[in-house]
Amino acid sequence: MRFGKVAMTFFVCLGLLAGVGTFTFGYGKGASYLSNNPETCINCHVMQDHMDSWQQSSHHHVAVCNDCHLPHDFVGKWVTKADNGFFHSLAFTMGGYKDPIQIKPRNKRVTQSTCISCHKDFVHPLLPATAGHDMLSCAHCHADVGHAGR
Amino acid sequence: MTTSDNRSRSLGWLALLTGTVAATTFGVVAILVNIFERKQEARTPFVRVVEVDEVSTDPKPWGLNFPQQYEDYLKTVDDEYTDYGGNHALPPSKLEEYPWLKRLFAGYAFSIEYREARGHAHMLADQEVTRRVTEVQQAGACLHCHASIIPTYRRIGMEQLGQEVTAAKLAESFNQEAVMAGFKAVSQRTYEEVHAELEKTPDGVVEAAAGDPHLGNAHPVSCIDCHDPKTMALRVTRPGFLIGIDKLAKSDDPVPHLPSIAKWRKAGSKGTYDPNTDATRQELRSFVCGQCHVEYYCANKMTLTFPWSNGLKVEDLEAEWDSTTFPSEEADEAGEPFYDYVHKETGTKVYKAQHPEFELWSQGIHARAGVSCADCHMPYEKVGATKVSSHWVRSPMANINKACQTCHKVSEQEIKDRVDLIQHRTSDLIDRAAAAVTEMFDAIIAAREAGASDEQLKPIRDLQRKAMWRLDFIASENSKGFHASQESARILAESIDYSRQAIAGCYQLAGDPAANSPKAEAEEKASQ
Repeated sequence: MRFGKVAMTFFVCLGLLAGVGTFTFGYGKGASYLSNNPETCINCHVMQDHMDSWQQSSHHHVAVCNDCHLPHDFVGKWVTKADNGFFHSLAFTMGGYKDPIQIKPRNKRVTQSTCISCHKDFVHPLLPATAGHDMLSCAHCHADVGHAGR
Repeated sequence: MTTSDNRSRSLGWLALLTGTVAATTFGVVAILVNIFERKQEARTPFVRVVEVDEVSTDPKPWGLNFPQQYEDYLKTVDDEYTDYGGNHALPPSKLEEYPWLKRLFAGYAFSIEYREARGHAHMLADQEVTRRVTEVQQAGACLHCHASIIPTYRRIGMEQLGQEVTAAKLAESFNQEAVMAGFKAVSQRTYEEVHAELEKTPDGVVEAAAGDPHLGNAHPVSCIDCHDPKTMALRVTRPGFLIGIDKLAKSDDPVPHLPSIAKWRKAGSKGTYDPNTDATRQELRSFVCGQCHVEYYCANKMTLTFPWSNGLKVEDLEAEWDSTTFPSEEADEAGEPFYDYVHKETGTKVYKAQHPEFELWSQGIHARAGVSCADCHMPYEKVGATKVSSHWVRSPMANINKACQTCHKVSEQEIKDRVDLIQHRTSDLIDRAAAAVTEMFDAIIAAREAGASDEQLKPIRDLQRKAMWRLDFIASENSKGFHASQESARILAESIDYSRQAIAGCYQLAGDPAANSPKAEAEEKASQ
């Protein structure tokens, strides 16, 4: 069985990869990215200040990171999570990102939509009359609700 | 299909799969190691691998303990050029760019050579070769700021106080009494003498051969000038500042941006205000810069002086110079009134502003909001997972993201536009003040030629001194008005006003000075 030996070696390597991969996933706290826990966002230290300021903010009793920074529908939530997860890890691994970090236009839209999602009954009269029209960004004036002192 | 075909195809697939698995494993291990390193970085801010002490003027051993800060410090040899200042191998000459400076400084060494400044790591080397030093006899006081000179002050001071001087004794403690004594002893000696003394002091690295007085190398300001080698705490080392800030604390200038002075005054202003025990850490993040980025007298007629006994505003400093007299040869006689140089074109004794960044910042909105020099010029940054204060001291405009956007949540372009607006406005006002000053020189020269006496010219000379002092104060300050924009505009407006008053005074003296000049008289005679 000549192929037998080669195939065996291959499967041993595959096993090694699976082992190292599982370890790395665990060591890098990979599973936490599937959770709702705010501590996940400070796995890579960059968001420590944001975590600290969230803890001082008026919203920390009612909302965690994901409540404001991920869409509230199932598909949008996981697509955004995957998108941010990939680009944040890439930025942190490769370096060269803006620091203080800056929110991307896409994520700004997400935050605006989550403000409205919770407060729609209250802000209903302020919403644009026709879909797609501009309105003021809530966080422009209410910058402190999610991150006090920032 | 033959069996051998099947075999080679399976072999091909197997090779491809093996390659894929190998590449993926490679990637996973790379990520694993990266995560590991980042976790390690977050754990240990620094590891002390060598001991540094009070003679370690050479930054290299400090760099072994603090590699990131040292690497940043070394970067100060290549700061980028901004619109108003920066770095070149041979930086652009200000005298060529602004010809009026040559007339402003006529009779002063700055009229010989005056270039854009380069970064900290260049400062001693640049001073050694400038024609201001090579062609004019300068005082050793200049090394107060350009060199890492404290151990030299201490060594000379200890000799004077009759203490035993060995490398070990020098390294033992800061010994402020000896530092002050040494400072006073060398302040009035020549540049070359003090420079030679510098090399006789151990620097913590170079070991002396037997019989060689050369114990170390001369270094530009380095780690030890702002940090305590034992604790790494920020500290003020420069005698000029220690004396100056004590005078300021004892004045009645409100200094709302320096809360520890208010606290010290409230506690009864007892003894000496000592920034190293009284100041807050945030204040020290400005004070260490204020050790040198200030107005001072630095020549050989008296000890190096920071003129802060009335406060930090331009007229407060001026008032101190107005009331200062040089020490007199005769004990019972008052000395000659203070001046920096005799303006060659007009014969007036005038003041030279150095680079009053600390004083102008003190009048600005950033100081009032509790923002220190280091917040903008040495902003915090993350290197890997470690937070460090950048030691690449440079223009915030070269680093808008970290320097400004920590507080100002608007786009980089908008921040740059705001700064440009302030600097262009200031620059335009400087041009107007410069035009006024130059016309004033012409008017005074003409008045003298028309026979105006020194007594008649006295009030005009006073106006000239005030106008030149104010223009120079803003023109030589390193922010083009940004450190306090309204204050800069006020000072330049006063300068223009004093120049124009002086011109009007000249006209009143001699009618139309142009008509009374010898040339005009000769023309008049010829036409008769």
